[in-house]
Amino acid sequence: MDEMKEIIKAYVIKEYVEDDTEVTYDTPLISGGIVDSFSMVSLKRFLENKYSISIPDDKATPEAFDSVNKICVLVREFVKE
Amino acid sequence: MAYTDKTRGMYEEILTGLKNAGLFKQERFIHSAQAADIEVEFPTGSSLKKVINICANNYLGMSSHPEVVKAAHAGLDSHGYGMSSVRFICGTQDIHRKLEQMVTEFLGTEDTILFPSCMDANAGVFEAVLTKDDVMISDRLVHASIIDGIRLCSAMHDTFKHSDMEHLEEKLQLHNDKRLKMVITDGVFSMDGDTAKLDKMVELCEKYDALLFMDDSHSSGFIGKTGRGTHEKYGVVGKIDIITTTLDKGLGGASGGCVSGRKEIVEMCRQKARPYLFSNTIAPPVVAGVIKVLEILSASTDRRDKLEKNTEFWRKGLIDAGLIIKAGDTPIVPVMLFNAKLAQDVSRDLYAEGIYAIGFFFPVVPQGQARIRTQISAGHEIHHLEKALDAFRKVGKKYDILGKTKQEIIDRYGM
Repeated sequence: MDEMKEIIKAYVIKEYVEDDTEVTYDTPLISGGIVDSFSMVSLKRFLENKYSISIPDDKATPEAFDSVNKICVLVREFVKE
Repeated sequence: MAYTDKTRGMYEEILTGLKNAGLFKQERFIHSAQAADIEVEFPTGSSLKKVINICANNYLGMSSHPEVVKAAHAGLDSHGYGMSSVRFICGTQDIHRKLEQMVTEFLGTEDTILFPSCMDANAGVFEAVLTKDDVMISDRLVHASIIDGIRLCSAMHDTFKHSDMEHLEEKLQLHNDKRLKMVITDGVFSMDGDTAKLDKMVELCEKYDALLFMDDSHSSGFIGKTGRGTHEKYGVVGKIDIITTTLDKGLGGASGGCVSGRKEIVEMCRQKARPYLFSNTIAPPVVAGVIKVLEILSASTDRRDKLEKNTEFWRKGLIDAGLIIKAGDTPIVPVMLFNAKLAQDVSRDLYAEGIYAIGFFFPVVPQGQARIRTQISAGHEIHHLEKALDAFRKVGKKYDILGKTKQEIIDRYGM
């Protein structure tokens, strides 16, 4: 799971951070203004492509996407072991 | 529901919060026609003050041009004051269609449809032409009216980093499975004054079979050698699928906007765009005025040429004075101050010197990017700009920001 966290954190930094803002596994992404609600779609599509999953729209909420840790919890729900 | 004390108190609290946060907007009453020299009542109730206006979108100085005013008078006499109907019932006159044809020719597109404003054009166009099977990929700094239009559309929405063509290409690849992909940008970005890399965007859209949308509100009439807009500057006239623009800036300054582009897309707007279907279009005197504006601009490039010279003079003057400006060549010239309070203080002191320029700060621009946005006009004469530069030098000296780096200003005043 640490690998998943690192992959997601690296994607978030590359995709959304344009200055030297530090992002940890618990940094609030949506409520902290790093990821706006419009841009969540690329994160959702990245996760779906990367982990071969489909995340229903009603599960892809701003709350569920609000930190790397929360995103990992969400992704784990859909990844087939 | 009764308007209870509780409800009133709730709104009062919100408004007080805006005031305390320094975000409360106040209007300044102008008692003269819009021009380089105006008379302003500010604060409300004070005596009139003559100031030089360097914050209007009056890029070509057409707002009070005598020929335009005369044409609007004639239009009022010949076609009346209002239409009392939406376009498709009984609200379309011969001059509305004439103006649409003139805009089409001016922008080098296939067809045009008028809207009450460009805000309405942007609110209506996406919903009219896209569905949930499609994706909109927009620059992260597009105008607020585009964001509102995107919110009203059922298509998926994604963004790319400002003017980052590699990032845009990644997004086009990511969404390549969608029925239609639409790339969305401003032509000139209104807060920074920079231009979209339209030549690269056209290349990418052709490579990935995507539509290209551009809002050219801060360009139409003066960007490009003959003022056709940002697409002329980048040599891609005829290759932008959808252009929205306004008639309330360079093209007369009164009101109105349009969608101009592929004829089928324009027809889709005529059939489905809700701001077009459910509101009156532009009033006849304004239509007559814009027709005159386009006649003047099509006959000669004198006004956009003068604007270009004024812009060069202004940009060089600010740099020579030791101020930090956003690089570029458009008449939108932000003077960077970084700190919100400093931007407000400088604006107030400029006003005292007879220069009307407004400070912009978060949330209108990103945190730590506070600025005075100056906008140059063909209506300015060199003596206007010299006086404004004198004021900037005097106020800049007072705050000790002349010749200082961004870091030195931030160290002194904070972000």
